[in-house]
Amino acid sequence: MCLAVPTLVKKIDGQEAEVETGGVTRRISIVITPEVKVGDYVLVHTGYAITVMSGDEARESLRQLTELAEFM
Amino acid sequence: MNFLDQYRNPEMVRRLADRIHQRSTRPVRLMEFCGGHTVAIMKNGIRQLVPPQVQLLSGPGCPVCVTATADLNKAIGLARLPEVIVVTFGDLLKVPGSDTSLEKVRAEGGDVRVVYSVQDALGIAQKDPEKSVVFIGIGFETTAPTIAASILEAERRGMSNYYVLSLHKLCPPVMKALLDSKEVRLDGIICPGHVSTIIGSRPYEFISRDYGIACVVSGFEPLDILQCIEMLVKQIESGQPKVENAYPRAVRPEGNKEALKIMESVFEVSNANWRGLGEVADSGLRLKDEYRAFDAEEAFEISQRSVSDPEGCICGEILRGIKTPLDCKLFGKGCLPDHPVGPCMVSSEGSCAAYFQYGATSHER
Ligand code: SF4
Repeated sequence: MCLAVPTLVKKIDGQEAEVETGGVTRRISIVITPEVKVGDYVLVHTGYAITVMSGDEARESLRQLTELAEFM
Repeated sequence: MNFLDQYRNPEMVRRLADRIHQRSTRPVRLMEFCGGHTVAIMKNGIRQLVPPQVQLLSGPGCPVCVTATADLNKAIGLARLPEVIVVTFGDLLKVPGSDTSLEKVRAEGGDVRVVYSVQDALGIAQKDPEKSVVFIGIGFETTAPTIAASILEAERRGMSNYYVLSLHKLCPPVMKALLDSKEVRLDGIICPGHVSTIIGSRPYEFISRDYGIACVVSGFEPLDILQCIEMLVKQIESGQPKVENAYPRAVRPEGNKEALKIMESVFEVSNANWRGLGEVADSGLRLKDEYRAFDAEEAFEISQRSVSDPEGCICGEILRGIKTPLDCKLFGKGCLPDHPVGPCMVSSEGSCAAYFQYGATSHER
């Protein structure tokens, strides 16, 4: 139950947002991630976005991983 | 989301696993604290990918599993009250209390409803103002802010029929209790990813500083976990334990300040009862005085039934990392996902369920 899934934010409407995963649209609360913007990815846990996922960080850590794996 | 799919890239997985083999020169014991990690490790065959001297142990990080039988009995007692609708997350339903389960009480006519979102619980309360709705608040720091937000929302909407039974648990204090017990010797901890989105990576610093144990926060994809293990092995080999973050796309050192603010405005730290560990100081959350009106413990006479744990079940020892599901005589025999004896087989994040579903055999302990 602690697993949270990354979803794309499509629309923001006050303290709620419309998000999409695998073609399904849902409304979630963004009260604990007020900084979220349309186009961000968020981790959603029990109907709440708990953190804004950084695409730059995701790409950067993949780059580091690739370097690590190649440095052999 | 292409760049996230790459965190499952098989070629990279293989190379990173090779890297761990190359780095690892001596036996190490790593605990994955979080049940979500246990599932990901079993599902992706990570145990088979890492060198045999890297031992992976499950810890007390499944919220359903660590709920003490006495607390389950409270939820069951509430479900038996005619004016009460009990709302909870699905996994809790089948877990046996001392003499029955929420599922059985529901079959006998109790109003027990399963939701995926705390907000649905508010919706149920709003639709049925004649009834009292009690949300069974289980979970760690990931869930607690969302439940706190639901209480603030209920207050804002002026609702007087929404209650929470707060059984929340906190991770760093139980990690401390586990280490102080000295029952299990560890070299490193795979720190929980989604708990850390809320609390950040700093609260683990005492573990490397005071206990000399390596800590790395991990995500849940195969590459995330392998990277975490690689970092842990590197720290242990170099003899310099510290806290590192292998999940920077979701976790910042300071965590989610807004979530912490909401959680701390509604809850205060209290002792909590853990399956297998008993009462652990300062490891739980109770409602602050200002929010007592939402506290199910205050609002209802909850019958206290005798407390007995399921016979033969060793969930408690599994949660403390001193036994594995394969040590349980009932595993795969008397205890199966269809008719589970204990919570570790019920919960989708339970060790026994993960071992069973992904076919662990005795030689891969
Ligand atoms: S296999 Fe079943 S009985 Fe044994 S520890 Fe796991 S849940 Fe308990």
